[in-house]
Amino acid sequence: MPRINSPAELEELRKGILSKRDPKKPCIAVCTGTGCLALGAARVVAAFKEEFKKKALGTKVDLVNIRETGCPGFCERGPLVVIYPEEICYLRVKPADAEEIVSQTVLAKKIIDRLLYVDPLTGEKSVHESEIPFYKNQMRHLIGNNIKIDPKSIDDYLAVGGYSALAKALGQMTPEHVVELVKDSNLRGRGGAGFPAGKKWEFARKSPGNPKYVVVNADEGDPGAFMDRAVLEGNPFSVLEGLTIGAYAIGSHEGYFYVRQEYPLAVENVTLAIQQAEEYGFLGKNILGSGFDFTVRVHRGAGAFVCGEETSLLMSLEGKPGEPRARPPYPAVKGLREKPTNINNVETWANVPLIVNNGAEFLTSIGTKGSKGTKIFSLVGKVNNTGLVEVPMGITLRDIIYKVGGGIPGGKRFKAVQSGGPSGGCIPEQYLDIKVDFDELKKVGAIMGSGGMIVMDEDTCMVDVARYFLNFLTGESCGKCSPCREGIRQMLKILTRICEGKGEEGDIELLEELGETTRDASLCALGGTAPNPVLNTIRYFRDEYEAHIKEKRCPAFVCKHLIAYHIDPGKCQACMTCLRKCPAQAITGGKKQIHVIDQDKCTKCGTCFEVCPSKFDAVERLSGVPVPPPVPEDARRIVRESKGKKR
Amino acid sequence: MNETLLKIDGRDVRAKQGMTILEAARSAGIFIPTLCHHEKLQPYGACRICVVEADAGGRTSLVASCLYPVEPDLVVRTRSEKVDKTRKMILELLLAHAPDSPRLQELAQEYGADRDRFDKESAFCILCGLCVRYCNEVKKKNAVGFFDRGASREINFIPEIASKECWNCKECFPLCPTSYAQAAYHLTEALAFPCRSSRR
Amino acid sequence: MDNDKIDKIIDKYPSDPSSLIQILLDIQHEHRWLPDETLKRVSEKLNVPLSRIQHIITFYKAFSVVPKGRHEIHVCTGTACHVRGAPRLLSAIQDLTGIKPGETDQDLKFSLETVNCVGCCALGPVMVVDEEYHGNMAPAESEEVLRKYE
Repeated sequence: MPRINSPAELEELRKGILSKRDPKKPCIAVCTGTGCLALGAARVVAAFKEEFKKKALGTKVDLVNIRETGCPGFCERGPLVVIYPEEICYLRVKPADAEEIVSQTVLAKKIIDRLLYVDPLTGEKSVHESEIPFYKNQMRHLIGNNIKIDPKSIDDYLAVGGYSALAKALGQMTPEHVVELVKDSNLRGRGGAGFPAGKKWEFARKSPGNPKYVVVNADEGDPGAFMDRAVLEGNPFSVLEGLTIGAYAIGSHEGYFYVRQEYPLAVENVTLAIQQAEEYGFLGKNILGSGFDFTVRVHRGAGAFVCGEETSLLMSLEGKPGEPRARPPYPAVKGLREKPTNINNVETWANVPLIVNNGAEFLTSIGTKGSKGTKIFSLVGKVNNTGLVEVPMGITLRDIIYKVGGGIPGGKRFKAVQSGGPSGGCIPEQYLDIKVDFDELKKVGAIMGSGGMIVMDEDTCMVDVARYFLNFLTGESCGKCSPCREGIRQMLKILTRICEGKGEEGDIELLEELGETTRDASLCALGGTAPNPVLNTIRYFRDEYEAHIKEKRCPAFVCKHLIAYHIDPGKCQACMTCLRKCPAQAITGGKKQIHVIDQDKCTKCGTCFEVCPSKFDAVERLSGVPVPPPVPEDARRIVRESKGKKR
Repeated sequence: MNETLLKIDGRDVRAKQGMTILEAARSAGIFIPTLCHHEKLQPYGACRICVVEADAGGRTSLVASCLYPVEPDLVVRTRSEKVDKTRKMILELLLAHAPDSPRLQELAQEYGADRDRFDKESAFCILCGLCVRYCNEVKKKNAVGFFDRGASREINFIPEIASKECWNCKECFPLCPTSYAQAAYHLTEALAFPCRSSRR
Repeated sequence: MDNDKIDKIIDKYPSDPSSLIQILLDIQHEHRWLPDETLKRVSEKLNVPLSRIQHIITFYKAFSVVPKGRHEIHVCTGTACHVRGAPRLLSAIQDLTGIKPGETDQDLKFSLETVNCVGCCALGPVMVVDEEYHGNMAPAESEEVLRKYE
């Protein structure tokens, strides 16, 4: 790879790359992000390559290309395949489909109906990616390029205009100018706190001290959130370019990607991207002839959620346990090795090239007064179209969940959407029409957080959700300060008791009191926000807490200690299905004997409830009421009369 | 000499730039309780007993006075309903671990903390870290250290080092507010020190 | 793990304490666990106190102080997977392997861990065995998947 020494040479290189690519040549793009890989995408790719060999189509040079890409977001329907140049989108592709796709679509230009997207309500099929409602209702500035790029090829990134922003910044703008531009764009940090990025850059720029550092916080630890994973795996160059521009603006010459080790593919792709950028001279000395030097290293996390907190991340970068420290002083003043450091989230950095290329209005023209631009959310849980969605700030929750997400599966009722991970809160139905932005979410007791949106339905127990988050946090807390370590410990104890049917009068008030101390006196934001899921669910779902405590009842039939499964003797037709499937062998009965669950052996796994045929619907869930005693043995025989009724 | 003027409990206090609220308060004879603080050690900010209310930048928040640097026009309250409530709760949480600690009992009396509010916890270390930090910063031996995190965080002696260094030191013992340090040392000595007689 | 191998890993990184975690991650990856002798070697070569290394390997969950099995099973217990039934999957795997999270079986075949989100939230519940991801894993299917491992 030749070293590129000026913006002009970059444009020559880009022209050269494009001239060798025939836009009319068929290309099969297969998503090989971690999600699709989990669904077998590697075997799909292998099947295509096998087909090419069989039909002697060659790979890169001759008649058809195959491109292994990053995640475009429609994870629910993976493995995803898009055929270019027509942009025909096939979903849930299996290795066995490869033969048909190559012969029918690629060679004969015919569409395979059964692989298309079908709208569940209208039955309408969509051929092109852009027509699919899931994608159509998004604004995919950051993630839209993922399907067009092989993340292991910097040339693919250059082909879609990559590095033009860096060339512009280094060649036509002063560092101060870049800072002003980012300030004008009103870009707020996408990692959770939403602090104005431009202001943060300015602090770091103005702080005395050298060297200065820039860091990409890729420790995406919120369970349920995987936006950063998709960006890093799918288009690491965009983040690298943004980081380089930021380094130039702040006056830093050394950068780090702090990537959690649970994302091995992201680590691999970022490392490769850095190598390729170094080869072209987009990193290293005298970048694009500007005189600006910048090197970047990848640093892996080692399995600690708290290292997403910036001071904890810095400790980890220094090779120490990730214990946060007090702020002030802020990292912009005293950060890595006590020097001025600017840390931003992956998505924040990825926005920077777009702002430099298109101006501040690119962001300010989208969104609400306080929150500009787009945000990638991971829409998961009880929703039809689970995956990553990039939408403008200000879109309503209802639109995200129903228009883009396709609503709740199985005809169930929406209950809440959890936003912001363990620091956030659950938003109930009455707020579905709020416009999603940093401030509006805060008003209803949640936070934007990094963008995890977990949809919950009537089968979710909100007390269990609170317990779940505290259980998560008690292990992830660094344990240094007493309010967090001890406060969470005691709150978890209370919630566990409540879920086990041992709740007492006064528990809710004690939770609130503990929550207050933990929130106000903790050292860092992990402890400071730990009570949020508890306090928030008490605010909106107090009735569930009271049912658990006063009636020993779990309204959602989740808390095992509070539920029992019972076979209604009036409905059981002795079909033996549940008897056979029960993993604890807790059901007695026979061909004409009503089935009875032995409550002592029952593990409350719910299998019988799921497998009982719907025409019988004989298994019921009970909570807060005693289980009816079993029908006496001699009365369990079913005598089938002409209508098949009971004895 | 750079001086900063701030208000503590309604009084004007002159402090040197770079001082913490705790240092400034002490210089003015104002008392703030501490547990994990020690003059010979870097401030740690873990026990949070020293929290005070501070008005800065239009906001009021609880901050650890042992760490928070003084700022011009900072308004600090070392006692208030919020401060007292918080200290009481922290004490009650710590008393669940070490109900018999004289230091904790003394503070509990002042703030009306109930030692039986929470069920007793099995570990009687309150993780103030004085022993670890003293061995690290003053003695520079690192014979005792932190392990694990969250609710599983604990302090243990490192047998290979403690067996060589501690026998004529033990300066961390009197620092420990709960006597856990002594107990942990002796237990480690009995169960885990490398056996000298096996080297033959 | 012999000292040569350890030194080779240490030499891949800048020789200052900030490389500590990266070095330990590499050793863990290659050796499957971190015996005392390796810690002492790293402590000597990087000139960091043993107590700091011991805090690090117990603080960060990527490290193991006991030998791991030939195959590592990670069950995701992130929120999205939790809501989609991860506890039931975990229960089924516990029954199949006879071990609980954090444990390794007698034959050193399987080690089981929970992990707080692997980023496949749309495919919950997720199980990762060695480096292979299995999405939409129903408890009943896990037996089939695990049987393939020796």
